[in-house]
Amino acid sequence: MAAKVFGDLRNFNQERIVLVVTLLIFATSSIFLPGFVAADNLVAIVRSVSVLGILALGMSLVIIGRGIDLSMVAVMAMSVALYLQLLNGGQSEGIALALALGFVLAIGLLNGFLVAYADVPAIFVTLASGSFVFGYVRSQLIDTDAVTVPAGHWLLGLGGLRIAEVPIEVYIFAVLSVVVFLFLRFTKWGRYIFFAGDNPAAARNTGIPVRPMLVLRYVLSALTAFAAGLLTAASLQSINTRVVNSNLLYDIVLVAVIGGIGLSGGKGGVRNVLVGAALIGIMLNAMTILDIPLIYQNLIKSTILLFAIIVDGLINPRDEQTAQQGDI
Amino acid sequence: MNMFKTAAIAASLALATAAVHPAAAQDSGPEIYAKAMAGKRVLLVPMAMGFDLAQGWSAILKREVEGFGGTFETRDPNWSVEAGAQAITEAISSDSKPDVLIVMSPDLNSYSKLMKRAQQAGIYVILVDNPANFQADAYVGSDWTELGRLEAEAVIKGCGPDSSKKIGLVQGDQVNATSLFQYAGIMEVLAKNPDFEVVAQPDSNWDATTSRNVTTTMLQQHPEICGIIDFWDGDATGAAAAIRDAGMTDQVYLVTTGGGEETTDCKLLQDGTFDAVVSTELVNESEAMVAMIKYLLQTGVEPGSQPAYLYTLLSTITKDNMHARSCWSLKALQVAAGIE
Repeated sequence: MAAKVFGDLRNFNQERIVLVVTLLIFATSSIFLPGFVAADNLVAIVRSVSVLGILALGMSLVIIGRGIDLSMVAVMAMSVALYLQLLNGGQSEGIALALALGFVLAIGLLNGFLVAYADVPAIFVTLASGSFVFGYVRSQLIDTDAVTVPAGHWLLGLGGLRIAEVPIEVYIFAVLSVVVFLFLRFTKWGRYIFFAGDNPAAARNTGIPVRPMLVLRYVLSALTAFAAGLLTAASLQSINTRVVNSNLLYDIVLVAVIGGIGLSGGKGGVRNVLVGAALIGIMLNAMTILDIPLIYQNLIKSTILLFAIIVDGLINPRDEQTAQQGDI
Repeated sequence: MNMFKTAAIAASLALATAAVHPAAAQDSGPEIYAKAMAGKRVLLVPMAMGFDLAQGWSAILKREVEGFGGTFETRDPNWSVEAGAQAITEAISSDSKPDVLIVMSPDLNSYSKLMKRAQQAGIYVILVDNPANFQADAYVGSDWTELGRLEAEAVIKGCGPDSSKKIGLVQGDQVNATSLFQYAGIMEVLAKNPDFEVVAQPDSNWDATTSRNVTTTMLQQHPEICGIIDFWDGDATGAAAAIRDAGMTDQVYLVTTGGGEETTDCKLLQDGTFDAVVSTELVNESEAMVAMIKYLLQTGVEPGSQPAYLYTLLSTITKDNMHARSCWSLKALQVAAGIE
């Protein structure tokens, strides 16, 4: 009986479950929380998850190709800290930016090379490179946890920029979402990512340049991390490298995975990131309006996530056909 | 005969001189001091080395400890409670164990047992800045409840009698003593000013982005707010960004607390990012630690037997009362200590 009910819901995949949960929370909050549906608050919700969403876009490119990039938060914070430190030390804009970008590219290439050509599992490579990036930059190149944006720098202007009273991060998140969507959907290399993620061996046999593409994905995720870092610094007028120790990294993976991008690769897209980001953003906003202490917020957040995963497990049971090797 | 006379006069003269200036050649103080202090090891274990307070303490302590011929070392747990515990454990069991251990405790309980063990091993333990459930040889730092009271008074003054009298708090978390005690102090003052009301009190988890997001929501839900207290200058830049974004810089009075470092506090007061900072006066705090170290090492009391609280004098700095010595410069301290 139960099996039949769940059978009818077979189309109800994780993305849709999360979407329904999101809509339910949204509807409930709209009715019961004063000021929740105000335009300002809706903008604030999107803005609060913009940086997280941008990071999740980069992460999802890697995950769809059956990888993971645990160095993203370190790259985000440390590359921007390095950039600002150079500026504060009197370097010219061009040199500082070139050095920071070069640093980001180098880390992306190193991650990609080790995963693609040295065949080291991505989880170890990026875990190590993330620690290395943090440790090296923190101990050798910058003096304090927080590095401020120098006065009069263009990042300050960017941080204060509003178009129709909507902060610039929101637009950048939107534009990047469209770019990643177009890349995944309409370019040859974008489509190849799904093949490579679904079955790397078969993709390689058909002549897809699996390894160079792998390197590209890690470079792209490093670049997205740099962009996210710049936006954070623009808004806060400084970057605090302490964020590397926070649970931001888990939140990034969470946004991707809760939206329905399988860690086993080959599945998902931008839509999943948007759904995941919407759930997190709405949930956090509603709980803040309700003035729920942080400890309870984490409890509620994890309970809802667990609920979504359990429902998904009941509706879409794993079996030999759906399970893949490398499934986490 | 003559010669004997001369010698007798010379001898009595010499005696007389000695009697007039008996101590000129032998102040025993420096010797006692040097004997007690030379070669002593002082170890500082803050929550992390990468922020103004830890770097300020370390710059002053380094100069002072090396000045009396001791060795000064730091460990950097980088905000990890486990790494800090490991650093303390290693210090207790190592061959070159420290004589004085200075700990900035991440919460009330995590290190209590370890610090007790350190005292049993003959190490003096000084708690700095963050209180813990433990009888340290000295607690040196702020009375956080008093600090909360001062913050509340600053925000009441900043809002003024004709304002909405609605206040928002951006707390740190629900485990750190500094957060809990600040809250208690604030509430105590507000209880005496019943017309002032706290309308929202989210946590920032000491993170600037979170502080910005919760403050944005707070300002949208309560656009009439006249003042906000953020529990740490490290994340109050986030609350300030939210206020700036909402175009409410003139309306909302932002109070926070910090160690009074030039670039993190006074500069931000000057440019209007913060309106008031309750400063823990780091330089005085560090000198109190130095005094305690010298006292403990010389008296040789049994570790843990005579606990003392050395609360530093707190001051509320605003743009108007700021003067040349309100803040200290980390750069200058580091140059003085010979730290690159």
